[in-house]
Amino acid sequence: MTDTRFGLNRQARLTGSLMLDGGASLPEVEIAYETYGVLDADASNAILICHALTGDQHVASPHPRTGKPGWWQRVVGPGKPIDTDTHLVICANVLGSCMGSSGPASLDPATGRPFAMRFPVITIRDMVRAQAALLDHLGIQRLKAVVGGSMGGMQALQWAATYPDRVAAALVIASSARHSAQNIAFHEVGRQAIMADPNWRGGEYYDAAPPAAGLAVARMAAHITYLSEAGLTEKFGRRLQARDAKSFGFDADFQVESYLRHQGISFTDRFDANSYLYITRAMDYLDIAEEHGGSLAAAFRGTSTRFCLISFDSDWLYPTAESRAIVHALNAAGAPVSFVELSSPFGHDAFLLEQPEMDRVIAGFLGVGA
Amino acid sequence: MNLRPDLAIIAANVAPGARVLDVGCGDGALMAALRAERQVDARGLEIDPANVAAAVARGLSVIQGDADTDLADYPADAFDYAILSQTLQTTRRPDQVLDQLLRIGRKAFVSFPNFAHWRVRLSLLWGGRMPVTRLLPLKWYETPNIHHTTIDDFRAYVRERGLTVDGAWFLSGDKLTSAAAANFRAEHAVFLLRR
Repeated sequence: MTDTRFGLNRQARLTGSLMLDGGASLPEVEIAYETYGVLDADASNAILICHALTGDQHVASPHPRTGKPGWWQRVVGPGKPIDTDTHLVICANVLGSCMGSSGPASLDPATGRPFAMRFPVITIRDMVRAQAALLDHLGIQRLKAVVGGSMGGMQALQWAATYPDRVAAALVIASSARHSAQNIAFHEVGRQAIMADPNWRGGEYYDAAPPAAGLAVARMAAHITYLSEAGLTEKFGRRLQARDAKSFGFDADFQVESYLRHQGISFTDRFDANSYLYITRAMDYLDIAEEHGGSLAAAFRGTSTRFCLISFDSDWLYPTAESRAIVHALNAAGAPVSFVELSSPFGHDAFLLEQPEMDRVIAGFLGVGA
Repeated sequence: MNLRPDLAIIAANVAPGARVLDVGCGDGALMAALRAERQVDARGLEIDPANVAAAVARGLSVIQGDADTDLADYPADAFDYAILSQTLQTTRRPDQVLDQLLRIGRKAFVSFPNFAHWRVRLSLLWGGRMPVTRLLPLKWYETPNIHHTTIDDFRAYVRERGLTVDGAWFLSGDKLTSAAAANFRAEHAVFLLRR
């Protein structure tokens, strides 16, 4: 008999309503997720992978809209660094997103219409609470590991801080325990681009044309922060796009302009603008130290969770200093922690790309006690 | 387990079940031995990312960092032992690193190559050149060893700072040699210090 809770393209309705950091509560929360591999008899081999801002649950299966391979297919699968031959891997669409989990595009049971901006503002901790409820649904008390890059790393840290008894190990890649002023500033540019699009209409666009132009600009601005200056120079330099001379106009003369426009437009095919507002807000609100009286070490005091942090030297969005601050706090809390800064020319996005050294660290860290 | 001789001495003299910080832990060979044979809770600090990756792949807790700058981030008395093997002579401020070791750990193992070994002396005396020996294989311009010391210099330093020597081991040709004339006969030394 197959257990329908496990497999690709699953959806769970959480029991009860979800209490949120902002004071509101959400009834009838849906979480879309996928599992890979098989849960062992004592439910001790589960690894939760948390996705980044615009990621989704399709970590190692094709994206249903774009048809592209899973976003971390390189890392997750049989015999891969996160080995689905020996682990049950779970990846859930975060609360507030738009790939099947409850978010602003979901129908408000009270009105039968999309929540839009009536969806409550959520936090990273709220996302984690929803994931914990999903694990209850799956009958998993304790995770062998929680793993994530970027916003996924924030969730992994928040997991360890919120449910220390439910996490044996946390692997945090290219991430941070708080959003800096610069991080917030870039997000605000993106949000204002969406809200300035006349199609946004206060978020009430679900039966009309969406604010695609605004969302595309938001994505373009964000995309710059995911790459490094050296990476952009290497990839595009000042090369012109399909022309021999500058046009003395405002076409995409430069390859980098054309590339960013493409990134922006293709993003609007797969992402909801209101979800972008809510998730960036959740990230901006993150400050794990603040939740523990200003001390990050206090968030992890007495923990038995093992930690591993990885940063990339060309990542200026969540630079190595942020990872080091977490490492210092974990040291002060006496937690077992490993940290390595890897070298890559690709900036923040490095964690999604070919990184043999990272694979080795992931496999080694997760392999302990396997 | 085939440990480097100075590491084998350290491994044999760490109390079982202790908390240990290995500063400059390399690929974690000593930490792995301590964990396997003496049930030690070992943590490491290592400057080279490839070494850190290798150590993490062994399931060890190792942080990438620099002994000269990052020891200050560890809380006081966090470890029973802090270990600095064959690294002292590569630090910018060996005195400050030693201070940090004995702040973080109740005791510290320190091993270093002896620059007063007779072969080193001969090389300088007769050759007039910076010594290149089995334990100091690199030329002056490429060696990471920027603060060479001798066993007698180290003993004098320990006395000046009022530190207690709980143990000292001297190695020549990877074999133990006596403390007498160690400054002449030993290629390297291991000291166990406490405040």
